[in-house]
Amino acid sequence: MRFGVVRFPGSCDEEDALHACRRVGDAELLWHEDRDLRGVDAVVVPGGFTYGDYLRVGAIAALSPAMVAVGEFAREGGLVLGICNGFQVLCEARLLPGALLPNVGLRFTCRRVEIEVTNADSPFASAASPVSDGASGGRLTVPVKHFTGRFHAPQAELDAMEERGQVVFRYAPGQNPNGSERDIAGVSNEAGNVLGLMPHPEHASDPLTGSSDGGLVFESMRRHVEAAGPASSGSGSPGWSPATAGRHNSGGHGVPAAA
Amino acid sequence: MLIRPKQGILDPQGQTVERALPALGFEGVSGVRVGRLIELEVEDPGRLGEICERLLANPLIEDYEIEELSGAAGPAATEDR
Repeated sequence: MRFGVVRFPGSCDEEDALHACRRVGDAELLWHEDRDLRGVDAVVVPGGFTYGDYLRVGAIAALSPAMVAVGEFAREGGLVLGICNGFQVLCEARLLPGALLPNVGLRFTCRRVEIEVTNADSPFASAASPVSDGASGGRLTVPVKHFTGRFHAPQAELDAMEERGQVVFRYAPGQNPNGSERDIAGVSNEAGNVLGLMPHPEHASDPLTGSSDGGLVFESMRRHVEAAGPASSGSGSPGWSPATAGRHNSGGHGVPAAA
Repeated sequence: MLIRPKQGILDPQGQTVERALPALGFEGVSGVRVGRLIELEVEDPGRLGEICERLLANPLIEDYEIEELSGAAGPAATEDR
């Protein structure tokens, strides 16, 4: 199981994301100018302030060559996790429904919150228990740190998303830090293989940080990929496969070595 | 391009401005919405709508208006979306 973490100008959480991924598998950095995912089994679009949040958060990063490749990967069923700014990027790239707006309190919020697993069938939450079970494990303690985290989608769209199980994580009652519609903390696309999450599971994946609950998200991804078997990613797709992906790399784009 | 939050979208920045005005003695101001103005020069004004839809605005949360300030057409034309 190999994760790829995309680094953009202005990313700042990619090292923690790598660390979290490496607790459950292998991981390497991908570079935003590179339209080549190097055959990874899953992609993480990390948090940060890509392109200085110019114009709208995530709007410029959504146009990068790496995101074109991530879009193809997602359409073929590959797992894509966007965290915080990564969530914003995935919305701007239209790989996820909705948009993120400035927090209702107009403040940058940095604190721990509890989130509830509302869809434990999701490939990003299967290692956790659904909160409806009442068992421990349905509630994760993870930090948020953002200014633009208020999830918005039209009401009819929200109803449809809930119906389809696309609301995977919710802030626990009374803990919504940003005014998100229906306390939504994490949503998936219709197919379920792309997830955006405003809180940071990668910052809570190591017991050293006080909570390792966020590790369940990465563990869920690992289980999903490994259950699908080694030939799963890109199988049957004409556009992308692990076997051909490596050949597209023209080099010369200043690709940083994997940390 | 004049870009602003869509009707029905909560605009806390607009609300904050609205609440600040009475402190300066400006009573009776309501419906404040804060948006942004983007100026640009284009060779083909016909593509402005597409430019807004694809990058400058997010149509899910923002409305935009295009105002052509000068050009071969003569008087300024305003296009509402």
